[in-house]
Amino acid sequence: MMPRLNSAAQLEELRAGILAGRDPAKPCIAVCAGAGCHGLESGAVVSAFEAEVGKLGLGDKLEVRATGCHGFCEKGPNVVVSPGEICYFEVKPEDVPDIVARTLKGEVLERLVYAHPVTGERAVHMGEVPFYKHQTRLLIGDNPKIDPTRIGDYIALGGYAALSKALFQMSPEQVLDEVKRANLRGRGGGGFPAGLKWETAKNAPGEDKYVIVNAHEGEPGAFMDRALFTGNPHKVIEGLIIGAYAIGAQRGFIYTRHDSPQLVEHIETALAQAEEHGLLGENILGTGFDFRVEVHFDVGIFVSGESSALMRSIEGNPPEPRPKYIRTSVAGIWDKPSNLNNVETWANVPQIISRGAEWYAGIGTERSKGTKLISLSGNVVNSGVVEVPMGTPLRTILYDIGGGVPGGKAPKAVHFGGPMGGSIPEHLIDTPLDFDGMAELGAPIGAGGMLVMDEATDMVDVARYLLEFLTNESCGKCVPCREGMRQMLKILTNITKGKGKTSDIGKLEDLSDVTGLACLCALGKTASDPLRGTLRYFKNEYEAKIATGNEAAGSEAR
Amino acid sequence: MSEIQLQIDGKPVKATEDMTVLQAARQAGISIPTLCHHEKLEPYGGCRMCMVEVETRGRKNYVVSCLYPVAKDLVVRTRSEKVDKIRRVILEELLAHAPNSPELVSLAQEYGADRDRFEKESSFCILCGLCVRYCAEVKQKNAVGFLERGPRREIKFFPEIAAKECWDCQECFALCPTSYAQAAYFLTEALAFPGRRKASAQSA
Repeated sequence: MMPRLNSAAQLEELRAGILAGRDPAKPCIAVCAGAGCHGLESGAVVSAFEAEVGKLGLGDKLEVRATGCHGFCEKGPNVVVSPGEICYFEVKPEDVPDIVARTLKGEVLERLVYAHPVTGERAVHMGEVPFYKHQTRLLIGDNPKIDPTRIGDYIALGGYAALSKALFQMSPEQVLDEVKRANLRGRGGGGFPAGLKWETAKNAPGEDKYVIVNAHEGEPGAFMDRALFTGNPHKVIEGLIIGAYAIGAQRGFIYTRHDSPQLVEHIETALAQAEEHGLLGENILGTGFDFRVEVHFDVGIFVSGESSALMRSIEGNPPEPRPKYIRTSVAGIWDKPSNLNNVETWANVPQIISRGAEWYAGIGTERSKGTKLISLSGNVVNSGVVEVPMGTPLRTILYDIGGGVPGGKAPKAVHFGGPMGGSIPEHLIDTPLDFDGMAELGAPIGAGGMLVMDEATDMVDVARYLLEFLTNESCGKCVPCREGMRQMLKILTNITKGKGKTSDIGKLEDLSDVTGLACLCALGKTASDPLRGTLRYFKNEYEAKIATGNEAAGSEAR
Repeated sequence: MSEIQLQIDGKPVKATEDMTVLQAARQAGISIPTLCHHEKLEPYGGCRMCMVEVETRGRKNYVVSCLYPVAKDLVVRTRSEKVDKIRRVILEELLAHAPNSPELVSLAQEYGADRDRFEKESSFCILCGLCVRYCAEVKQKNAVGFLERGPRREIKFFPEIAAKECWDCQECFALCPTSYAQAAYFLTEALAFPGRRKASAQSA
């Protein structure tokens, strides 16, 4: 049992002790056990490494570590050997003896390193692999260096130093001010300034206040929050504790999915270890600041990630959204001030405190700061979790990082923000990644899912597919969401079946206008965005489908 | 509770701070249509018929008046092109379910809603929740509730409770804009506890 840390000095002592016990020259083999690689049986690779090390009695010469997501899901299972960050891709258990043998000799196993699919050019080290080379991995970059079940790995990388700095060197007001000046904007979808939200909760009347991590990430095609939280749980928890200190909250909630067992296990282990170390719970680091965190699970419905529905769910009620004419930061869970931010937002907090608002605000565009995690998928050569500075052109993400569209096809559009997002047509591919600019184009960043669609994509069917998902996920409380989506889906389904009518476009426009204006919550208000976006940029496809449908019907009648 | 003044449809209206826009408007004799609102029940904000246009600090917003709190100098418009369009489309959506509901038919006339615009799906229930909420909030029996979500949502009487509680109540029938609550109840009775009616008629 670890003695509780009672001061900043004791934390630093612990850190120094961990580092002193480590030999930087000792090779470490990091096997990605993130969701993607796990699905490709990286578990067997980890077991094979452990067996090999055991068989050869290499326990003191070689370390094997199962880590969170490295990012390059397309090429999993991923293995990274340090020092040198040598990357091996698509590793199978039978490759393990070779990797171990080469690693012990300080050599590289050439047959498993990255080779460019077209040029054949090889890349050995992480910094040379095109997928990683064009990224700025401030948040996800630590994943290969951390066993998520060991707090020591996080502390060794400077973990909890930001919390210590906040508690011992800064007042809550100064912490708040730092976050405000950094202009950290919420990563959950809305891009609302986190500092302003914190300030509202801080200034709201009442003693009991709550801070919440939204780790629901229910949207199809979004997997970056899971990658970050599962791989580096303490980073998010540290951000949350700092936020609680700034806002004056005594209780925190982590709201996550009931169906992500690995994530839940890592969060619970991390919370227990943080508490055992005196970094959470009563009298944190001996400062007298008390803060507890509970984990809550969703009930398997997409809308429970909506802030007011999420809070209803934590209260023990059905997750139906409430109108937010009074903000949840003033009256949220049990009508107490409740500050909700998503996983990535909280994960940004420690580095803002450690490195300062000026440093942070130096990254990104004028109004969108820092880096952004992107779940890159669809018709793209390199799918995976990507982290780039705000302002990065979409072209860089698609081509330099993503490797372009497979099969030599041209892209038609990139879709952002999942089922409530929008598509940016290919001719606007130089658009920079930015909250406001992309929202103006009808494709807000949302949580950060980027889906690439090639020239063969049927945009009407895309709109239908996304609407079908949302229709099933609507809670059904308000009419324009429940009924509007029902009717839009019927019309879209008819069009895709060649049964569209010329009057359908007018109906779709009316239905989506009213859904957008009149729904109770953000799910409904944005549910018709993919439809509106595709009507904006690809109306010709709708018209063509309706016309072909009419012709076919006409010839049948003859 | 201190009194404040706001403006509704160009008229100055006095209200107390704890009021909603709907309450303030009705008190001033200005009518706003509602389908899911009932004075004895907590505001629900489900039907969205009571949407109005509000202007604060030069920004226009569309809000449901049954929940939106009054504020000093708030400017409210209960009719505008957009407000009317919202109401018209909502009515058209609901008329696909209950094309002959007198309440919907008369509102449809006022807002020019075409009851045949969208494909019919005559479930008769418009899911206003008056029965569900009345039973929960006023009677505190929860004999009728919502089942499922999204477009699959429906109301259901729960036989175990309904068999005991509904016999001498049935107050929700009068609240229902489509008479579906009544139909749903009698269907439940016929399926789950038939004979109850006959037995009690004989013993009477």
